[in-house]
Amino acid sequence: MATLTVPSAVPSVSEDCEQLQKAFSGWGTNEKLIIDILGHRNAEQRNLIRKTYAETYGEDLLKALDKELTSDFERLVLLWTLDPAERDALLANEATKRWTSSNQVLMEIACTRSANQLLHARQAYHARYKKSLEEDVAHHTTGDFRKLLLPLVSAYRYEGDEVNMSLAKTEAKLLHEKISNKAYSDDDVIKVLGTRSKAQINATLNHYKNEYGNDIIEDLEADPKDDFLALVRSTVKCLVYPEKYFEEILRQAINKRGTDEGALTRVISTRAEFDLKIIADEYQRRNSVPLTRAIVKDTHGDYEKLLLVLAGHDEA
Amino acid sequence: MAHPSEPEVLDQALSGIGVDEKLLVSILRKSHMRKGCSKFFCEDERQFERWNHTAIKSLKAEFKRFKDVVVLSLMHPWERDARLLKKALKKGPMQYNVIVEIACIRSSDELLGARKAYHSLFDRSIEEDLASHIQGSERKLLVALVSAYRYEGPKVKEDTARLEAKALLNAIKNNDKRNAMEDDEVVRILTTRSKPHLKEVYEQYKKFSDKTITEDLEVELLLKETVECLCTPQTYFTRVFDAALRDDADEDAKKALTRLVATQESEEMKGVATKFEGKIKERVKGAYKDVLVGMLEK
Repeated sequence: MATLTVPSAVPSVSEDCEQLQKAFSGWGTNEKLIIDILGHRNAEQRNLIRKTYAETYGEDLLKALDKELTSDFERLVLLWTLDPAERDALLANEATKRWTSSNQVLMEIACTRSANQLLHARQAYHARYKKSLEEDVAHHTTGDFRKLLLPLVSAYRYEGDEVNMSLAKTEAKLLHEKISNKAYSDDDVIKVLGTRSKAQINATLNHYKNEYGNDIIEDLEADPKDDFLALVRSTVKCLVYPEKYFEEILRQAINKRGTDEGALTRVISTRAEFDLKIIADEYQRRNSVPLTRAIVKDTHGDYEKLLLVLAGHDEA
Repeated sequence: MAHPSEPEVLDQALSGIGVDEKLLVSILRKSHMRKGCSKFFCEDERQFERWNHTAIKSLKAEFKRFKDVVVLSLMHPWERDARLLKKALKKGPMQYNVIVEIACIRSSDELLGARKAYHSLFDRSIEEDLASHIQGSERKLLVALVSAYRYEGPKVKEDTARLEAKALLNAIKNNDKRNAMEDDEVVRILTTRSKPHLKEVYEQYKKFSDKTITEDLEVELLLKETVECLCTPQTYFTRVFDAALRDDADEDAKKALTRLVATQESEEMKGVATKFEGKIKERVKGAYKDVLVGMLEK
């Protein structure tokens, strides 16, 4: 469930554009206005605002925002304003670049999005970067990481509920065997994680637990220093219980000395219009404190304000 | 001019590709032809002429062509491709070239459509079926080919293309030590790069070898077909049409005729097909021929 709130009586697009333009004009910037408007518009509305703003003022709204804002707040506004497909394309592209490379972000996008959302991200990637996501991932990753990530980003998984229980049994056995032999990047492991539907993988993991006693995640914790193993673990989480994965990311981002704003911004901006409510509930359950309170404690200024708005926190 | 004897007419109606229905109908009542037609009937030890078993099999195939081309051409292209892929997978390694053909010749959106239709028809994704049913060294390549969603714009980087041409050459040279089809770089290049980029790689390759990539890949048929379909589709079409229309063509080669004509709407294919129109009119018979010729002339 989304945490984004949109007012029942939304101002017209031209009004929104006019207000935004006012927010930029003159000395300084009216950040509150930016938060009030953009923080309460869904993707379709934001796209319309961007289009109309460009037609009316001859400038890309994102460029204007870039000029006016700085630092964490700017990054959050920029990421939020993009529509989900472009946002994912941008994050994915960053994740393939040398200084900002992140196998984890690539896996996160590939596995937590629906098949169609991932597809739209791939289409947006074509449009924005004039190449395919697969070529960049293939070109910029190597070895086991490429072996896992390439199928993940290329997948177009079946999304129905049809599950083959005997296949689940066979594959649970296969996984158990490979994991016991520490063959984490074996072709068969990759095959299951990279091509099976989420429902099928879920059935397989349930069977795994029934048959072998442990959650597969527990069996994937053998070596804390093994980065590839960590990625496989996260892949499983993202595919089968993404809200637990995101809760962990948020917890680590907030508990880290000084806060990992990059991760915080990424999770809030990418999930606010999808399942941030479920993630926030999970956060509260796991940490005994509401996500919004943790955000208040750990961040400040306009950055904090927009995070709270996106997390559904009604400001007085 | 003497009238052809009935056995000769029967032979004429049933040989070649497809069946000459009109001719058949005209002689159907006559029962004397069995004696003279050893191609289709053989003398049994119990004194009757029975149908030759292999003749019946090939007849079934010839009669089926019309139905297949009708069904295939009325189908939505996505369903068509999904069903062709499934069938090819079921038939096994001899038919994997069909998987290559569809994955490489379709546009990115057409291939995506086939993947969607596959979900609807079979409740699985094409990737999972390929990954679980293909055991050999082609698995990596084929799974990656159907998963591609290639960029379709013209932008091409010449230096990257040159580097990748070299990488391909290296892999081909080392083919006896390590199968080029399983080489990570070969798979990466062929299954993720855009077609314009691959055409550039094809050109750059000529600078490093006195043969083209396809010539150097004669040993690895599946790889050769992959490169052909991606870089020089006309060569592929020409080869397939030629193989289908030869006198000694086998059933798989002949089936390709239906598949190509019913599924290709591209100018490239049409261009190649027009060159074969004469041969088609000569070798193909009946309603099946009418459908093929009609589709090519559209």
